[in-house]
Amino acid sequence: MKNKLLPLSITFIFIIIFIVFYKGLKDTNIYTPESKINNEIPSLMVDLFDTDKTVNTIEIFQSDKFYLLNIWSSWCVPCREEHPFLMELKNNDRLKVIGMNYKDTKNNAKNFLEELGNPYDQIIFDSKGTNAIEWGAYGVPESFLISNNKIIKKYIGPLNKASVEEIKSYIK
Amino acid sequence: MKILKLVLIIFLIFPINALKADNEVLKNKITKNLRCLICQGQSVYDSDSEFANSLKIVVDNKINEGLSEKQIYSYFQSKYGEWILYDPLFNKNTYFLWLLPLLIFFIGGAIIFNKFIKKQK
Repeated sequence: MKNKLLPLSITFIFIIIFIVFYKGLKDTNIYTPESKINNEIPSLMVDLFDTDKTVNTIEIFQSDKFYLLNIWSSWCVPCREEHPFLMELKNNDRLKVIGMNYKDTKNNAKNFLEELGNPYDQIIFDSKGTNAIEWGAYGVPESFLISNNKIIKKYIGPLNKASVEEIKSYIK
Repeated sequence: MKILKLVLIIFLIFPINALKADNEVLKNKITKNLRCLICQGQSVYDSDSEFANSLKIVVDNKINEGLSEKQIYSYFQSKYGEWILYDPLFNKNTYFLWLLPLLIFFIGGAIIFNKFIKKQK
């Protein structure tokens, strides 16, 4: 009995270790953030870009419309790439595009909008970048599709043709 | 008398400094256990990226709001998922991870006990 216990436990340990490593071998080690989420939007006080007023985010995203929160900055090159797509989405009646100006100066941001057009219904001014963190953002550009105070989809990086089509299919 | 005054002054200043220092220590501890998600192999504490710098401010704000260390971790976990924490939580995905070393340790101990100590007796 005693003699059998030792090899038995050793084989047992080896089998466990083998299974763990074998499973780990097949797992991907590239981290991809979850894009499909169902989080409530954060309730926090934010500064508005145009009026210097402070409002709660809940007031901005109140109706039963769809909202696209787009985090952008004048110093961000990919933001220029995605701008035509935002202008296109602006024309959609079922969607309101809200901007979040990330770590920018008002002057530069205004110049950016004058040059390329303003697709935003309202703009949140986030000079320290803390609002973006509260939203769970990684950086610029990034967009959140919001419906009924819930984030239903997150687009990390610039929007493209495919993501615009996807947004349109969501809001149909 | 002079010494008494000095001691009094030190006592008056010390708790305030200690409190501020405590917050700073806590902030450093928390940011060292948060992964900078857009960097490669850096903690938020180590990184100087836009993301990490904003996150440091948010951690500071949360500490000042009176949130505990655990609450701050679960706050960030709810925003960014478990990946942002360097220490994996103890749940059904990580039972194996946490318990396997213990298991091996105990089985190994049992083997040693059986082989050597019992034999000596």
